[in-house]
Amino acid sequence: MSHNSGTRTLVSQAQLRRGKGKYLYWTLLGLVVAGFTLVFIGPLYWMVTGALKTGQEIAQTPPTLWPRHPDVSNYTNAWSNLNLSKLLFNTFYYAIGAVLFQLVFDTAAAYSLSKLRPVLGNVVLGAMLATLMIPVIVLIVPQYVTVIDLPIVHASLINQPLAIWLPLVANAFNIFLLKRFFDSIPEDLMSAAQVDGAGPLRTLWSIILPMSRPILGVVSIFSVTYVWKDFLWPKLVMPDGSTRTVSVGIVAFSGGSSVNEVIAASVIAAIPTVIIFLIFQRNIMSGLTAGSVKG
Amino acid sequence: MATMTAPGTTEQLTRSASPARSRGRRNRKIRDNVTGYAFLIGAILCFALFTWYPMIRGIIMSFQRTRRGVTTWVGWDNYTRIIADPSFWPAWRNTVYFTVLALVIGYAVPFFVAILLNELRHAKGYLRVLVYLPVMLPPASALFLFKFYAYDPSDAGLFNAILTFLHLPTSQWMQSPGATMPAMVIASTWMNMGSAVLIYLASLQNIPGELYEAAELDGAGLWRRIWNVTIPQTRLILGLLAMMQIVATMQVFIEPLILANGAGTQDSATTVAYLIYQHGFYQNDLNGAAALGVIILVALAAFSGVYLRLTTKND
Repeated sequence: MSHNSGTRTLVSQAQLRRGKGKYLYWTLLGLVVAGFTLVFIGPLYWMVTGALKTGQEIAQTPPTLWPRHPDVSNYTNAWSNLNLSKLLFNTFYYAIGAVLFQLVFDTAAAYSLSKLRPVLGNVVLGAMLATLMIPVIVLIVPQYVTVIDLPIVHASLINQPLAIWLPLVANAFNIFLLKRFFDSIPEDLMSAAQVDGAGPLRTLWSIILPMSRPILGVVSIFSVTYVWKDFLWPKLVMPDGSTRTVSVGIVAFSGGSSVNEVIAASVIAAIPTVIIFLIFQRNIMSGLTAGSVKG
Repeated sequence: MATMTAPGTTEQLTRSASPARSRGRRNRKIRDNVTGYAFLIGAILCFALFTWYPMIRGIIMSFQRTRRGVTTWVGWDNYTRIIADPSFWPAWRNTVYFTVLALVIGYAVPFFVAILLNELRHAKGYLRVLVYLPVMLPPASALFLFKFYAYDPSDAGLFNAILTFLHLPTSQWMQSPGATMPAMVIASTWMNMGSAVLIYLASLQNIPGELYEAAELDGAGLWRRIWNVTIPQTRLILGLLAMMQIVATMQVFIEPLILANGAGTQDSATTVAYLIYQHGFYQNDLNGAAALGVIILVALAAFSGVYLRLTTKND
């Protein structure tokens, strides 16, 4: 937002441009930029460079700002000892699968609720939205019991990627977000497609989806970061060393490894989400506020 | 009751006029509904299997006990057992304490940060990215950073180094029961405040500037303008986020697990969510854990009821 397009806020623009106000504003801006950089980047800097230090250097007081003899061995050790390539691959695989499952089933559901409107559609939507009121922690035990012994088929999903993918489809927030977006697509386009002889699937594919790219992007990004950040559920349903996610793996190894190795592994685990964020930050910011109520 | 329709209404006429067409319309309606549900079925199955059914099952489980594959009805037994757990009340005390601290720190701080950012006309994009950056880190990564580097009880820890530099007394952090909860709230606020800040920012931008103008003409100073304009104008979002914050803090789990190795010194970090995990997956007491889940649900429902009543009365 450029400074001359801004509307009036708490403090008037005129006041900020006058002598004393101007001076105060620039001081405050400097302080805020410096302070925020320190508070939000500082710890990350500490983490990345700390893992380059030896155990001895990290324990010394006062701490050194920059490692005296930068050494990447903590990173390489973490990579091989924790089998990070496998853990990262697992997490990536679960995240991509989660995106696909959510996109297919949640868009189809939202499309049905928004445009096809079958009988009792609103009741179904209500029952879905009601699940937003239930804290995740309340469901964790019965969900786990369901996953270890699926009703009717009596199969176990433990160590199966489906144990992560399928519960994520039951995401009322995504369906609501998508439905609201589809609601805004004019009905005329739908009837025009119908006149041209397009069935519901074709209408979804060639009219609705191309118009919904921004919201589909937001849903995908949130889905990837959710899987990447989640801890308790993957810990429960992916208990094996070979199926673990990276977060679960680091916590499992934290007891037996050196502090610097654990930190190095934490840095490596955080890199993918940070990169995603830096690339897609605009979409993330707009998606975050799109779902919230105007107040 | 069924004799209300007088003969000769338009509906009756069309129906008797062309029964074939109306049957066609009915068939078409059925076909539309089948299509509609065909698109919905995947999501419905997932909801049924992973949220609707577990919800009911959790309640049923809380009244049952499974021993050697045999499930019996035990009434309130699981509830009395879980309440008798010596960690039960400390867990609730800690959780409520965490919630209150999180409301004081984790709720007020983002609001004032958002107000501050909204006033600045430069570097806005940069500052927003900074605030949201920790939200993107895997919590395990961020918490190890706090555990090993920031809350290191020796003088080499980041926080203790700062305190020493400022000539303030240092702390044992996670090893000192009194500091455990505040330390957890600080870490949690750092990690999560980004989304709250951005949501506040969006709602602050919707406040009409004329309101501030008018307040200023009436001689309202900075604080009065925040109190009488900003807060009432963002009341809806403030209320919503307070609610979300309370539900989120009820579920605090990974913070005690990583920062305090679970319960912490003298149960100082045990939370209700951690107790669920402990019972369900360590002590193999899934029924007790389910009962605790139901207790949380009832507590939250009661709380929301009171909260809604209080907030709607003010209107």
